[in-house]
Amino acid sequence: MTDLVKVLIVDDEPGMRLGVERALRHFTVQMPDVDQEVHFATDQAETGEQALEKIEAELPDIILLDHKLPGISGLEVLERIEPKVRAGDTLTIMITAYASLDTAITATKRGAYDFLAKPFTPDELKNAVRKAAGRLVLTRQARRLAAEKRQVRFQFISVVAHELKAPLAAIEGYLNILKDGSAGTDPAAAERMIDRSLIRAQQARKLVTDLLDLTRIEAGTKKRELAELDVTEPARNAIESVAPDAAARGITVQLHAEGPVTMMADRGELEIVLNNLVSNAVKYNRDGGRVDVRLAREGPEVVIAVADTGIGMSAEETQRLFGEFVRIRNEKTRSIMGSGLGLSIIKKLAILYGGDVSVASEPDVGTTFTVRLQADPPEAEATAQDAQTPPAETTYKA
Amino acid sequence: MLAGGLRADLDEVVHMETANKTVLVVDDDIDFLEQMKLQLEAAGYTVLTAENERQAEQLLLTSQPDLAILDLMMEQMDGGFTLCHHIKKARPNVPVILVTGVTAETGLEFDASTDEERGWVKADALLAKPVRFEQLKRQIDRLMKG
Repeated sequence: MTDLVKVLIVDDEPGMRLGVERALRHFTVQMPDVDQEVHFATDQAETGEQALEKIEAELPDIILLDHKLPGISGLEVLERIEPKVRAGDTLTIMITAYASLDTAITATKRGAYDFLAKPFTPDELKNAVRKAAGRLVLTRQARRLAAEKRQVRFQFISVVAHELKAPLAAIEGYLNILKDGSAGTDPAAAERMIDRSLIRAQQARKLVTDLLDLTRIEAGTKKRELAELDVTEPARNAIESVAPDAAARGITVQLHAEGPVTMMADRGELEIVLNNLVSNAVKYNRDGGRVDVRLAREGPEVVIAVADTGIGMSAEETQRLFGEFVRIRNEKTRSIMGSGLGLSIIKKLAILYGGDVSVASEPDVGTTFTVRLQADPPEAEATAQDAQTPPAETTYKA
Repeated sequence: MLAGGLRADLDEVVHMETANKTVLVVDDDIDFLEQMKLQLEAAGYTVLTAENERQAEQLLLTSQPDLAILDLMMEQMDGGFTLCHHIKKARPNVPVILVTGVTAETGLEFDASTDEERGWVKADALLAKPVRFEQLKRQIDRLMKG
């Protein structure tokens, strides 16, 4: 990627302006770290007044500003544009004929970025410009990243709002009908409306719980307590909690493990993983189907595999599966409630344990989710933030 | 006694008007369908429901609704428009009411109150979600009469 940096040269000596213009004409700065090549475009002003006009018309990225000018001085120019300088929109390099401490102090107070003492060599000029350009590019990059992050946040929030609005609208609708009696007085109808309202309320609650899990994992604020534990325990709890739903639909849920399967883990996090996997396996199963939960230690890894005999997915559907709020919508899933966050939570947690999630599925046969976790996770203090965010973001802090 | 008798008479009148009238409701939200069905049936209509455009098209092959209520946005973003267009082409005399949550979500306003707007919207009425049943009922009465 190339970036163009606009430089305004403010000096009353034509030779000086020409010299700077020549030195920068074919000058490029390579920034391999951020994959940027910086080129320069120059413009000139003879006086402080002219410089202010040009700055007003189009803000340059770098201002090479001579202090001694015929009209208003360089320091006065700096004073007038101080708000822009402070905002970091432009960097000023002061050119001083005599190394005057007073000028330097005043200029620094007004936000000058650097100094060049006259006379200077083309290399000294290039070094000062290179430094300023590097700073500018990083600032721009950091702003872009921040804007992108905000954008993603906004999209996420708007989807959350939409997903919460749907169950609330349904519940409100039923309550209004019950209140104004517009569906008549049949008690069976009333009961049906109350049942549906409760189902939608559960859905909204599940969404809120999942969101809280997700944000805690992402922010890394949830205190993790890693301790040696047997994965079969949270697995049994997960199976127990789906037992009523499974029984109602004639689904058999079975745990397969040869003795205890131990690892260093946070109990709460393992519960989230297992609850999500097992409840999905029941939800997306057929009546009378099976769920097999297999736990095993394979070398340094603990493998959790949950297989169902449910509706399955096409190859295209499995590819989309791990995104946030992805719910596979088709005839078979229409009446199944879900927040669309479960799998993205599992994936984030798996990464936290130096592991991953994979899926194998066949339509109308069933789906197996396999989660692999390091039994001894790499960094006990790691947060999800460390696990998933490239370090670049923090080093560009402007 | 008199009041009670009058009430019974009115109920009879209502049911006479709506008897044998069939309303087709199409929406991908099963609770909206349920709510429409309960209320329309209480008002004396026969109600057919479909959860998507395909189901609706199939129902239309075998039944003759007297009015259709369609959600604008279903699985296909403009499913309601397309379906509305199909119904109007196959059964020009069946009034269509489009309901939509699109105004609340996007701020876009649709209207079908002038001839010009009806020219491209193709629906006889547009209602914003959440739909008040009274309001819907008024539109149904107006369209069924005409």
